[in-house]
Parts: sequence; C-alpha cells; structure tokens
Amino acid sequence: MIRIRNLSLRAGDFRVRDVSLDLATGEYFVLLGPNGSGKTLLLHCLCGLLRAEGGTLDVGGHDVTHAEPRLRRIGYVPQDYGLFPHMDVSRNVTFALRAAGRSHADALRELGPLLDTLRLARLLDHSPLTLSGGERQKVALARALALRPELLLLDEPVSALDGPTRAEVLEQLRTVQHQFAVTTMHVCHSIDEAEAVADRAGVMIDGRLVQTGKLAELMERPASAEVARLLQVKRNTKC
Amino acid sequence: MPPVAGPRVHWVSVVTIAFLAVFVAGVLALIAADLCYTSPQAMADALRSPEVRAAIRLSLLTTAATLVLVVCFSIPVGYALSRYRFPGSVVLDAIIDLPIVLPPVVIGVSLLVFFRTAIGRGIESVPGLQFVYTPKGIVLCQFLVSVSYAIRASKAAFDGVDRRLEALALTLGCTHGRAFRWVALPMARNGLAAGAVMAWARAVGIFGPLMVFAGAVRMKTEVMPTTVYLELSIGRIEPALAVSMLMLAIAMGALVLIHALGQAHRWWGT
Repeated sequence: MIRIRNLSLRAGDFRVRDVSLDLATGEYFVLLGPNGSGKTLLLHCLCGLLRAEGGTLDVGGHDVTHAEPRLRRIGYVPQDYGLFPHMDVSRNVTFALRAAGRSHADALRELGPLLDTLRLARLLDHSPLTLSGGERQKVALARALALRPELLLLDEPVSALDGPTRAEVLEQLRTVQHQFAVTTMHVCHSIDEAEAVADRAGVMIDGRLVQTGKLAELMERPASAEVARLLQVKRNTKC
Repeated sequence: MPPVAGPRVHWVSVVTIAFLAVFVAGVLALIAADLCYTSPQAMADALRSPEVRAAIRLSLLTTAATLVLVVCFSIPVGYALSRYRFPGSVVLDAIIDLPIVLPPVVIGVSLLVFFRTAIGRGIESVPGLQFVYTPKGIVLCQFLVSVSYAIRASKAAFDGVDRRLEALALTLGCTHGRAFRWVALPMARNGLAAGAVMAWARAVGIFGPLMVFAGAVRMKTEVMPTTVYLELSIGRIEPALAVSMLMLAIAMGALVLIHALGQAHRWWGT
C-alpha cells in the first residue's frame, strides 16, 4: 500500500501542492497531465531525488518522506532510461543487487526469471549504446525491478518508441507488473497508452492532482472544464 | 555538413594549410637540428654518465610521487568544482588557474619566502618534512606547477558525466560514495587519465622553481631539466642534448597518450 498525503514540493518558482493519493498493492496507476504540470517533479519527490516541502509518503507501512532514496524501496525508470553506458547490460541489471552486497554471478542467477520474462538473456553482454529503444526500456525496467520495489515509477516509458514497439513494451509492462505484483505509477500524455495499462488514472494540472478514478470515469465525468479539455485534446491528438 | 559546390581547392584552404605546414616544418626543423648535431653513440654515452643517470632516476622518482599527489588532489577538487556552486566561484576559479598563468619561477620564489615564515619554519622543524633544497622540495614545486592542469581536466571530465545517472544510482541502492565510485569515477576515467598524464609531463619539464627552491646540486637535487642547464653551463652540449631528446620523447609520448585517450578536445575546452 502506498499512501501519499498532502505532499508539496518546490522546484524554482514552480510548486507541486497538496498531492494526496492511495495506491493499492499491485495497482497500475497512470498519471496524465500536460507538459510542465509537475508529473516528473512528483516522481522525483517520491523516489527521493527532490525534498518534500510538506506532507508525508508512506510505503508499505513505513514513513519514507525524508528517507534517503536507497532506503525507500521505490524503483524509478526515467524517460531516457538512464542506462549506465560504461557497463554492459548484465552489469546494468545487477547494479542494485550488487549495491546490496550480492556478487554479480549471484545477482544474475537471482534475476533469471525476470530476465526471461523480459527476454533479455541474449543481450546480457551487449553495451546499452548498441540497443534499440525497446531493448533499453526493458533493461531499465529490469534494473529498477531487481530489488523488488514496493513502488515502481515509470516516467513516460514508451514516449520515445515507435508504434509497434510501443504496443509490445506496454504489453510487457503489464505482464511484468502482474507477475511481480508491483504497485506502479506511470506518467504519460497519451490516453491510448493509459487505456492499455491503467487500473486507475489521475490528472495533474499546474502542480495539483485534480482528479483520480477509473479512466472511463474521468472521460465521462471530468471534474472540470480543464480536465475535460485535456482528455479530449489528448484523445483527439493520440499523442 | 553537406559538401559545398565550387572549386575543390579554395584560397582559404591553401592559406590555412600553408600556415599549418610552416608551423609543423618549424618544429620538425628544430628536432632535426638537435638530432643532426649529435650521433646516437654520443647520446648513448651521455645517457650512461652517472650524473645523467642519477638525474633521470630522481626525475622519475619525484614525478611519480607528484603524480600520486596530483591524482589524490585533482579528483576530489575537480568533482567539487563540477558538482557544487560556491560563493565567489570566479575568485576560486582564478586561484585554481593561477599556477597555469604564473611564471613557474614565481612559485619557487613564493615557496622560498613561505618557508621563511613562522608556519614554514614550523613545518621544516618536523623531522622528515624538510623541503628547501631537498628532493621533497622538488616534489612540492612539481605538484604546485602541475596540479592546476589536472584539476581543470578533472572538472571537465566530471562535467561530461550526466549527474542524473549518479542520482539514479541512489534510487538503485547506492550511497553517495558508491554512486561516485561506480558511476562518476569510471565514466570520467579517460579525462582523469588525460589530466594526470598532462600534469606528469608538465612536472617532468619544470625548471625555474626548482632552481630557486630546490637548487641544482649535482647528484642530490638534480633532475633532467637541471641537467640540461648544468651541462650547458659548462659547455657540454651533447649530454644536454641527450637529456633534451629524452624529455622530448617523454613529451611526445604523453601527448600521444592524451590524444589516444580521446580527451584532448575536452582538456582544451573546445
């Protein structure tokens, strides 16, 4: 269970205010919003890369609002995947387990089922620089899931991918999320993308989480004209 | 950029390549003149003399110690300059660059004056910490003259490492220290190595501050540049040339290594 209460943060002049949200264990939540609405800032605050100004974050019954990033049990996949270019795929995916004290060989053994699910075994000795966008996404996902986090944060995970790869990666995201029952928050712009994966969705506008619910509910009963306009625009443009 | 239509040979290319050719020819002419003045046998004989061998040995020992100190200082200082903002950073930058623009002999004079102050005399009174006119003084001079080059290279190398990757390592279970060791340090290694090689080559060649602060005592504080000066001062050109050729080879080797590390462009900030 993830419990966010009145979380606020500031980055320069921009503020994210009073975000409150509960995520059930294993839930797939999609956060929608226009560019500059504070979605990525919120993810950075949740994983500990930005300090919260106020409010609380409770992960699995533990208050981690002011905990170091490494102690939060939150995995994060940034928009550009953030793979370590000086390590091959195997070193990337075992990074977190090695940081926790396991040997590389033990970590690889432990990650076997995850690597099989993501079909990464054949890529282990490749450099991340030689991978396609879809492959990079899967490596970043495996790396973030290695420590079995309570919460997985995905920042626009398929925005840089072409149509067929996007569909394939979304399907794999859902499969892995089911298999490992990891609570997931996925930030994106696209309603189609949200429909493909979301159990529930929320809309963020100008630093505020203005509405949450089933995607169909958001579409049918938007809380404001702004939400309606955003969802309609996103639906029409299919961005 | 696509090729531009027009004549293949343009006056701009002719003029610029001519300047390039004149410069390269000038440098090669100097080296050729040195090589033609003496014979390989005479150079080998000169390099076998006890004074020259002692100078080469002391040069290698002192510059190795300097290299260790330079690496130990330049990595944390370069990282701090790259990652943190300080009040008065313009002044801080100027202080760090000072040894680069200052005539090296001024560093020797400053050191000599410093070790005449109460603090300097206090340091010298500690057993084993005598610097004036000792090999330790040579290391101190070499360090002060060369460390700024390594710090600049180190800062440029860390500037080239995406700091978001270090932040990401924190979310993957790393402490700040481990994120530095596992992400920043290996990603910056080529730039750090290039800076260390440049600083070492600079340390091999310094002369002015050594004459002032460490002296030019044969077989005691004599390093390769000092040998060149001492041999020339008594009219023995061949040993001076032999050591000069050795230093030239070291400088060329260092530059080739820096270019091989692919960091020369970063080092020079272009």
